[in-house]
Amino acid sequence: MSNRIFAMVALTVALALAAVTQLIPNEYFFSAAYTVLLFVILATAWNILGGYTGYVNFGSAAFFAIGAYTTVFFYNAFKAPLAVGIVAGTLVAGLAGLGLGYLTLRLRGVFFAIASLALAVVLFIFIVNWDYVGGARGAYVLQPREVPFGLPRYIHLIYAVQLVMAAFALAVARAIEHSTFGRGLAAIRDDELAAECSGVPTLKLKIFSTMVSCALMGMAGTTFPYYLSYIEPSSAFSLSYAVNSIAMPLIGGMMSWMGPLIGAVLLGSVQQLVQVTVSSAWNLLIVGVLLVLFVTLAPNGIMGWVDAWRRRKGP
Amino acid sequence: MEVSWALLANAVIAGLLLGGFYAAMSVGISISFGMLDVVNIAHPAFIILGSYIAYIVNDRFGYDPIVVAVVVSPLFFLLGMVLYRIYYICFERRGQESLRGLAFFFGILFITEVALVLIFGVDYRMVSTRYGDVTWRAGEVDFPMRLVVPFLVSMVMVVGVQLFLTRTFFGRAVLAVAQDQLALRLMGVNPVRVKELAFALSIATAGVAGAFLIVIQPVQPAIGREFIGLVFAVCVLGGMGSILGTLIGAFVLGLAESFTSTFFGPSWAPAVSFGLLLATLAFRPSGILGR
Amino acid sequence: MLGNSILSVSKRVLGALFIGLALTGTALAQQPLKIGFGMSLTGPLAGNGKAALIAMEIWRDDVNAKNGILGRKVEFVYYDDQTSPATVPSIYTKLLDVDKVDLVVSGYGTNVIAPAMPIIMQRNLTFMTLFGLNVNSKFNYDRYFQIMPAGPNPAVGWSQGFFDAAMSMNPKPKTVALVGADAEYPAMALEGAREHAKKTGLKIVYDKTYPPNTVDYSPIVRAIQAANPEVVFVASYPPDSAGMVRAANEVGLKTRIFGGGLVGPQFAALKTQLGPLLNGVVNYEFYVPDLGSKFPFLDQFLTKYQARAVVEKVDPLGFYLPPYAYAMMQVLEQAITATKGLDQAKLAEYIHKNTFDTYVGKVGFAKNGEWAAPRVMMTQYHGITGNDVEQFKKPGRLTVLSPKEYKTGDLKAPYHENKK
Repeated sequence: MSNRIFAMVALTVALALAAVTQLIPNEYFFSAAYTVLLFVILATAWNILGGYTGYVNFGSAAFFAIGAYTTVFFYNAFKAPLAVGIVAGTLVAGLAGLGLGYLTLRLRGVFFAIASLALAVVLFIFIVNWDYVGGARGAYVLQPREVPFGLPRYIHLIYAVQLVMAAFALAVARAIEHSTFGRGLAAIRDDELAAECSGVPTLKLKIFSTMVSCALMGMAGTTFPYYLSYIEPSSAFSLSYAVNSIAMPLIGGMMSWMGPLIGAVLLGSVQQLVQVTVSSAWNLLIVGVLLVLFVTLAPNGIMGWVDAWRRRKGP
Repeated sequence: MEVSWALLANAVIAGLLLGGFYAAMSVGISISFGMLDVVNIAHPAFIILGSYIAYIVNDRFGYDPIVVAVVVSPLFFLLGMVLYRIYYICFERRGQESLRGLAFFFGILFITEVALVLIFGVDYRMVSTRYGDVTWRAGEVDFPMRLVVPFLVSMVMVVGVQLFLTRTFFGRAVLAVAQDQLALRLMGVNPVRVKELAFALSIATAGVAGAFLIVIQPVQPAIGREFIGLVFAVCVLGGMGSILGTLIGAFVLGLAESFTSTFFGPSWAPAVSFGLLLATLAFRPSGILGR
Repeated sequence: MLGNSILSVSKRVLGALFIGLALTGTALAQQPLKIGFGMSLTGPLAGNGKAALIAMEIWRDDVNAKNGILGRKVEFVYYDDQTSPATVPSIYTKLLDVDKVDLVVSGYGTNVIAPAMPIIMQRNLTFMTLFGLNVNSKFNYDRYFQIMPAGPNPAVGWSQGFFDAAMSMNPKPKTVALVGADAEYPAMALEGAREHAKKTGLKIVYDKTYPPNTVDYSPIVRAIQAANPEVVFVASYPPDSAGMVRAANEVGLKTRIFGGGLVGPQFAALKTQLGPLLNGVVNYEFYVPDLGSKFPFLDQFLTKYQARAVVEKVDPLGFYLPPYAYAMMQVLEQAITATKGLDQAKLAEYIHKNTFDTYVGKVGFAKNGEWAAPRVMMTQYHGITGNDVEQFKKPGRLTVLSPKEYKTGDLKAPYHENKK
């Protein structure tokens, strides 16, 4: 299936889902689904750099927060509508990724990982001190009273937007996976030195991969302030985003675009369920234990199991 | 504000005392990351674990936390050995340490933190020591014992580790493993065993550093994450694989934070530290004394 | 053999139940009154969240002992919001759309109140909230009510007592240092303090914040000392409150009045940790044993609360949030009983127009939903010896400086000469 067709299919599915689910009467579904979709985008984005290229990014929360705070900035400065916030947030996050990559990708992967963590801290302090976007006190982004497209409540709109963005992220991931660019990334992941020696322009590819990954992570964050109406640094930079964006691709399978989707839907839904049933301190414990179990025992995730099962069944 | 020499002197003293403590926290990373190439992101989790153990014993029996930590360090040593075994079998042997090893340690960090929350709750815990509220004053310069005692013991520990690495056979085997594993194997030493014991040592130092931490400030499970960046910053700044470098890096960071706190406002102190880290990574990744 | 006897017993029990159910058929027709909320049971504010929950459960049990509200037994439906704003929309939409609760109240703190507001406003519900900082200034919702006694302008009302006490010193001070953590509450408190400084003509000689994970507070206190302020106002959360008080003692801070907005010393944990180090510090409190007679019934409540608190390992004193959580539910109860129903509009109107007798005294609300008048008590610690908690349950360790109707003594200045 060519990329264009896949993208059309994904978009259609997203819009169809959006339309059909409008029929669900309670808002809780939309609220929970929004959060799961957020993780789909984050996991897919992380995997572009993590699974495809082999570089671990611990700073997912930073790029997510960049997307969120860019929206806040444009809301405060120009009362900009959501669409502007989305585009701006994605671009700024991409630029930040470019900066991080340019500074640290010449070194070993470990340094990139540590630098991404350091960037998260520096950015957090910067936002805490920047009063224009609320600083430590947080910023309020009021949902407009009039909901476009005649939808009943604002949550329905951002849910639909999130669906479309998730489809977009998946299409991008798949396009990369099946392209020459993607094969170059796989070469880097498998053995960077050999790739460099075979003529693969590793630095350029790595930087581009980082840019795309971080841009999409920022995109995930752009609707967040509208969802909550209130955003403040500690929760925007919550390490839960960093852990989940690593755990979900790991559990789902890092080799293809389907892995993060499966991991995010599964793990995300479980977490949402746990949140409204048992005590939530167990929530994070579950994620941590699953992460460790999968990474030690099932390194290729659920997709890996599916592939192994298919192989056993024969051609 | 007027910059009196007293203010300056106090900033320097506080920076050095803090630096000593940072060195104790980071010496383990210097071994595990600098020499063994194991990216143990979960190192701060063990520091916090050490803090809590010191807290429990201090709370129940009143023993000095640092003494408790030293007594309990063999447990951490064992824990380190087990952890390394798992890490080696699952990752290093398969050649997948970069991505999955990192994720593994990240998971360990989380599990430790959440488990501590479930057991102890999120309230801050403190210890009470006989010297906790004592301050020596030399004129206008203050030496709070709460910082001085951990500083002194940190120095003993760091120097001890350095001596161990350079003067004992096993220590030199660790340095060798960092340089060339194959050569070591050819000389009849099992590098895996060496790495296992070295990693265990790094975790043991973390446990002791935890006691220092809880003497200096109140502790709760989530603060481990705040120190991840700091310990790695110290190692990278100082140069990987060099204990002396770690010491220097720790002092540099301690002084930078102290000066920024005093003269520019405490808000920016962590940014300075991490800015230094990012700058080092960008321009001189081998650090000050790196190989 | 055992099985047979169990079976026969169960048959008898079932039989009794059946008859009982049939008899109480009419009573069961009265459905329980379900109140839903999110509460911080994990996360940074869990200590307070759990304490508040205990208080609310005590209220529920008290009300149900008197046959509920309007004859309906009260039931809680609550979820842990982990002190994270991200969980709040899901929790409140589930409560309202899936669990179909009759009423909602808020969780603890701005972080979890603000995200709930759009949902509440869309459905025109009356919303009692627990200690949010000036949330309604953004939403301007006329059915929002806040139980924290900061007054209609919370930022300013918070430190009113402190600056009143400072300006009561003779001669009047001329300089002030402001310091606080990089976080939401301190930022608000410092903003209010700056306004007070302007109003009273105090010159601000130090105005900085520190990050929440600061390890060493001595450089900060030294820098403050270098500016030689006569008044030092601190707005901090528990860990940094402890750090600042310790550092002030370590450095030997010399100033005339120190404290004001420290969160933490209200709880047993910090009172016992710091012990005598707290002497001389001026700080806000919400309840003081010396005022026991002015708050009737609060003693009974505190006894019940303290018994449960020890078992559930939360703040054993309960002077901070619990009385207010209880009072919040009392306001709701009185409004429902008076309006004889759950009409949200009528409830809001009633709450706006009346004052309520609660365990924390008379409560009345301003137009924006905050308290009609600020009633943050400013106190000074003295006479604390050793680190046991029992001394704090009895009068004699705090002097109440303001407001006037609760004053028990005068400020003892300067700070460094009154640390006993």
